[in-house]
Parts: sequence; structure tokens; C-alpha cells
Amino acid sequence: MKLGFTSTDEAFRDEIAGWLAEHLLGEFEHIRYRGGPGDEHAYFRERRAWEQAMAAGGWIGVGWPEDMGGRGYSLEQQVIFHEEYARAGGPGRVGHIGEGLVGPILITHGSRWQQQRFLPGILSGEELWCQGYSEPGAGSDLSNISTRAVYDAGKDNWSITGHKTWTSLAHEAEWCFVLARTDPASRGRHGLGFFLVEMQQRAITVRPIMQLTGTSEFNEVFLDQAICASEQLVGEPGQGWEIAMALLGFERGVSTLGQQMMFQNQLNQIITVARRNGATADSQIRQRLAQAHIGLKIMRYNAMRTLSGNMVDGSLNRAAMISKLYWSIWHRELGNLAMDVLGPEAEVAAAQPYELTPLQSLFLFTRADTIYGGTNQIQRNIIAERSLGLPREPRMTG
Amino acid sequence: MDFSFSENQQIIAESAADYLAKVSGTAAVRAAMETPGGFDVATWQDISSEMCWQLTHIPEAHDGLGLGYVELCILLEQMGRNLLCAPFFSTVCLGVNALLLAGTDEQKHHLLKAVAQDGTRLAMACAGPGRHWGNEAVTVEYETTSSGVLLNGVYAHVIDGQTADYIVLAARRAGTRGNQGIGLFVVAADHAGIQREALPCMDQTRRQARISCTNLELDAEATMRNVGHAGPLLEQVLSLASIGMAAEQLGVAEKVLELTVDYIKERKQFGRPVGSFQALKHKAADMLLQAESARSAVYYAACIADEALRSGPLASELHESASIARAYCSDAAFVNAAEALQMHGGAGFTWDFDVHLYLKRAKASQHYFGDGAWHRERIARILLGETA
Repeated sequence: MKLGFTSTDEAFRDEIAGWLAEHLLGEFEHIRYRGGPGDEHAYFRERRAWEQAMAAGGWIGVGWPEDMGGRGYSLEQQVIFHEEYARAGGPGRVGHIGEGLVGPILITHGSRWQQQRFLPGILSGEELWCQGYSEPGAGSDLSNISTRAVYDAGKDNWSITGHKTWTSLAHEAEWCFVLARTDPASRGRHGLGFFLVEMQQRAITVRPIMQLTGTSEFNEVFLDQAICASEQLVGEPGQGWEIAMALLGFERGVSTLGQQMMFQNQLNQIITVARRNGATADSQIRQRLAQAHIGLKIMRYNAMRTLSGNMVDGSLNRAAMISKLYWSIWHRELGNLAMDVLGPEAEVAAAQPYELTPLQSLFLFTRADTIYGGTNQIQRNIIAERSLGLPREPRMTG
Repeated sequence: MDFSFSENQQIIAESAADYLAKVSGTAAVRAAMETPGGFDVATWQDISSEMCWQLTHIPEAHDGLGLGYVELCILLEQMGRNLLCAPFFSTVCLGVNALLLAGTDEQKHHLLKAVAQDGTRLAMACAGPGRHWGNEAVTVEYETTSSGVLLNGVYAHVIDGQTADYIVLAARRAGTRGNQGIGLFVVAADHAGIQREALPCMDQTRRQARISCTNLELDAEATMRNVGHAGPLLEQVLSLASIGMAAEQLGVAEKVLELTVDYIKERKQFGRPVGSFQALKHKAADMLLQAESARSAVYYAACIADEALRSGPLASELHESASIARAYCSDAAFVNAAEALQMHGGAGFTWDFDVHLYLKRAKASQHYFGDGAWHRERIARILLGETA
């Protein structure tokens, strides 16, 4: 066991920190700390420009292999990259779905053509992606997908029809990866395909979902015979579920330590409030602040274990399996604590008619943390079945 | 950065698990519980003379193995899993740590050698009656005389105090409070002026004694370093001990999960294993979260303990990481044991099933060296910059 980083890694830390200090200025100064979860609607145009500035600096795809246009950085260096990015208040990335999900899945499962067509657009920050998984009837039961893809042999393309939901960035993204049923007779995990669909077509309509915060980060996406060229199907028809699951494996990777740096910023804000308004005299608040600090430290140690284990290939070990359940519970309680530290002050919003303060947004948005990306109940099922080997719940038949 | 076991550490864990399965299975634990001293003397002899586990983190210069606190915690985790009844924790996590940090050269030479060669057992007495631990809880007072010091007072809960050969005593200069005036002394347990009373304990796998000092006369030979200013040393010893106990608690948290998973896979109701019901699966998943997080907290703190013992760059994190580990592991062990009992149903309430042994150990462990609330308050003071 070895805590801390090598001197080479620390030199890399200085490099990225230095670059961020030089570039997160001027036109980008005001988007520092903006655009994270709960704030994804903010300063979109500026954040797209920032994505391209990152690209020009060579900071997109740092963990991708070099022959795919990445920089082939070690796991430690990727961790450092994310830590420094969060520490500097780097804005929420508009390209994270492309860089973190689409890129890796095309590198492992994509055709040569798909790699050559799509990776450069991600690396240049010019093509943004969104994710077409959930549907009104396929939430926790994700495999219950009813969006259909029909192959037209004459035109050698697919025609996709269905209704996707909870799609963040859909109104801004150039591309969407869509899970759709290629075999109309199939059910569940079988007979699905993984499609790369262009958003700019008349057959696609995007409608924002207004959230409890009064803002919209997610959308509904309606596909009415949307066209997808046959070379834009990843893998074979029927392999969609396997690819979708492999992709989810990439989600719990190196970026978690950056996420924790953001959490640390939020906890620090709450401590500042507590000192200011005297909440630190309350023994219960003291206990809860300490609990939050303890929880965040252990989240970091869990992540260090995950990264030291067999995570490189995207497979999951035990510490990784609990990651989503752990951080979502912690973060939701942090939002709650923020309100309780503020006390009656917590009620007063920033401006009319309904502009929330950052801590109000934190409180409200963290209610989603335990729902999206697999509810905590689904997470517990997965942990119990995969990590502990408990028997599956008998399924309804017929 | 590498936060995983080395191959050697993996081997230590596996061989400890194998060994303890032999000497500390259910039958052995239950037999040891019935003995007057609370442990099997032959097993302790075997552990100390054949396995030499008590030498793990003692430097080679003092006849130790010169390994680290991580290796020690690996052993303690396995002991917790098996509810080993032995004066190991008291000897090593309290006694040896006190000697390493506060012992004079003479005391280290003499007593660490005894621990190494003869399986000499150590204990440490610090807190007086009351709810608290740490410097502020030291109530026994010492006064300086022409020939040394004179101690008077009572230690309420001394782990393995009844069977120890030597005891480290924490006392305060008469009239001082808090961190001030603390002195540490080490003395043979049968020294005149020491009265030991074994206490019957709800957790039969770990014994404690009440120790009274009545005009206990000690000379310079018994006096440890920095007498009158040993508060920081005592705090360090207690933090190291806390990390060791957190490792035991990790073992408890994991073991009760395994017992429970095995049970609910087998136990059938409504025509199917009860472990297929989400009501139980979700509890089991939460138990895994607790156990895995406890593991991260323990081994991070163990790395910091090594830093502290070797004056490494992260040594100053000792108290914080100890309190993080303890606050988390105390609750994790208890919550997991309590859920384990619930998930065993009626079987969990019987004497024959082992769950109650873990529940009792978990509850007892929560209160040694500061409960969760005590450690969280310590963290709060660090967090809010209120430490002196």
C-alpha cells in the first residue's frame, strides 16, 4: 500500500494545474464552478467554447490510447487530471458523454470506420453526444425497451421509432446513442441494437422536461422513423444490451475523484455558512458536519481502492459496486444538511420569480441522485445478486 | 498511489484466516468464554511463540518482525472475524504501542524483549469511571515524592487487566485537568498497591477489570517519557489502539454479513429462499456497503499509523484518520450485527447461533476509546479549526 503519487505524477499535476490557471480566465472566468449537475443548463454556449479550448490544449481523451488520438495517460494521471480540473473550478463538461462513454465504447466495440468517423469529433470538442436509453416504460426495468429499429435492405439503413426520456443535452448534441429493438419478436435483453443516431433530422423532436427546480436539464426525445445508416450500428443486431452494459462500466471510473473534489467544495461552503450563522454551536449540526466529512473521506478511500484494483478494463469489483449507492446517499444528505445549517434562511430564494440559491439547488437536485442512473433500490438488487450471490427475484411470466 | 494489499500482505491475511479457523472456531471461542481468564492459555502460547503475531510491528532492533501497522491490522481484522479470545489487542495495540511511543530505552529493552520471548502480556489503564476516554478521562492522580511518585485512584474498564503481567498506567498530576499534567507509568501487575477485580462482562469474548491504586509507590524505573507532559503521547497511543480496534470491527462487520448471506440462501419460506426477497437483499446490500467502506477507512488509517510510527510526512493525520475509522467502523460493526440478528429471525435469538456473540462484541467495542459521537465531535473540532 502506498498513499500519495510519484514525482512524475506530481509534475503532471503542476502541468495541468498551470494550464488551467492560464486558460480559465477572461471569457471563461465567469463559468468557473458552473454547469455541474443541477446547473447543466447554465452558460451552454460558453461551455461549448471551453470544450474546444480544452481540445486545443490536448486535454480531451487524456486516458484514451494514443493510437486512437488520446494521450494514453496512466490511471493515476487521469485521477490527477480530474482532481485538478475540479479544484480549479473547471465548468461542467458538455463533452463528457462523448469523452467518457461513446469514445471508450467505440474504442472497445466500434468498427474501424466508426472510430475514424466519431472519435475526432469528440477529441476536437465539435461534436457533442447524448444518451438514448430510458423510456417512459423502461426506467428501472431498462431492458423493457420498446423503441424499434427496422432495417431497410434497399436503402441499407435503419428506421428508428420510439420515445426516449431523461436525455440530458439532447437539445444541444449533434449525436445520440440509442438502444432500440432490432427484433420485434424479442423481449428483455435480447434483440436490441446500439445505434449512433444523428440528431439533426426532421424525424426527431426534442422536448425539455421541467424539473422541480424550475429548470430543464433533461429532455424527452421523440423518434419518428429517424434514419440511421447501417454502418452506424455498433456491433451486431442483438448485441445492444451487452454493449450498453459495457458502457455503464465506464461510468464509474476515474472521474469519481473529480466529482469528490466538487463535493468537497460544496461541503466547504456549508461549513462557511455554519461558522457565519453560529450553527456550529449546535451539537447535532456538529455531529452531522463531522459525519459528512467522514463520509467524504471514506468515499475517497473507496475510490482509491477501486482504482488500485482491477478497474482498468472497466470491470467492477466490490468497492466499485457500492460506489453509486454510497455517493448518492451521502450527497443527498449533504443537500439536506445544507438546508438545516441555514435554518429559516434556507427558505429565501435568490430572486423572483423562482431563482434558487446554489444551496437550494443542491438540496433539490440531490433528490435525483438516488434515482437516476439506476435507483438505489435497483443498485441494492444488483449488489445483492452480483456481489453477494443472492437468488434473483422470481420474474413475472406471461 | 497503490491502495491494495501486496502479495505478502495477501499471504499474511490468508494464513491468519487458516490458522484462526483452526484455533478460534465457534467451539474454541465458546470454550474460552467459560474460562476464568477469558482465553485459552495454550492458544496464547502458540500465537506468541509459534506465530509471533505480537511482534508484527515491533522494530527489529527490539527483536520484533519490523513489519507495519497494515500487517498488524490484517491480523486484527481476522481476529475480529473469529472473535479470537486472547490478550492480543491489550498487549499489542495498547501495551506495545505505549512502550514504542513513550517507553524509555530501558523499558523498551526490557519489556519488548519479554513480550517477544516469553509471551508476556500487557494492558493499559487510563480512563476513570464515566463515559469518556482520552486525556480528559484520566482521573487517577499522582503526586511526586522524594523517591518517585505515589498513585491513587480507580480505573474503571481495563481490557484484560486481570490477566496482564505488566500494566501501563495513565495518571495526572494532582490538581490538573484535560491535557495537562499527564504521566505514564509501567509496572508489574502484581505490584503492591494495585488491586485488580475481574468484572463479569456481557461480551464474554473480551474481559475487563477494575483496577484500584492505593498509595501505589513507583520509582523512576516505572516512569515513562515526558512525565507530566505525556498528554500528546497518550492521545497517540489511544489513536493507534483505535485503529486496531477498528480493524477488529471491520472483521466483525464482514463476518456477520457472510453468516447472514449463507443463512438466507438456505432458509426457505413461502417456497423460496428468503434471500430472494428484496426486503432482505436490500439490507444485505447495505451491509456490504458498510463493510467495504469500513475496510477502506481501516486500511487508510493503518497506512497513516505507519506514517506516525515512522514520523512520515502524513503523521499529522493520525488523530483524524483514527477517528474517521472508529466513528465509521463502530457503527458498521454494530449495525451489521444487529441486521444479521434480525435477518436470522428467531434463530438469531438463540444461544446456539453465533450471531449474538458478534452483536455483543460489536456493542462492547462501540464504547471503548470513544464512541461514534465522541470521535465525530473530535472530527468536528478539527474541521472547524477549534483544536488547541
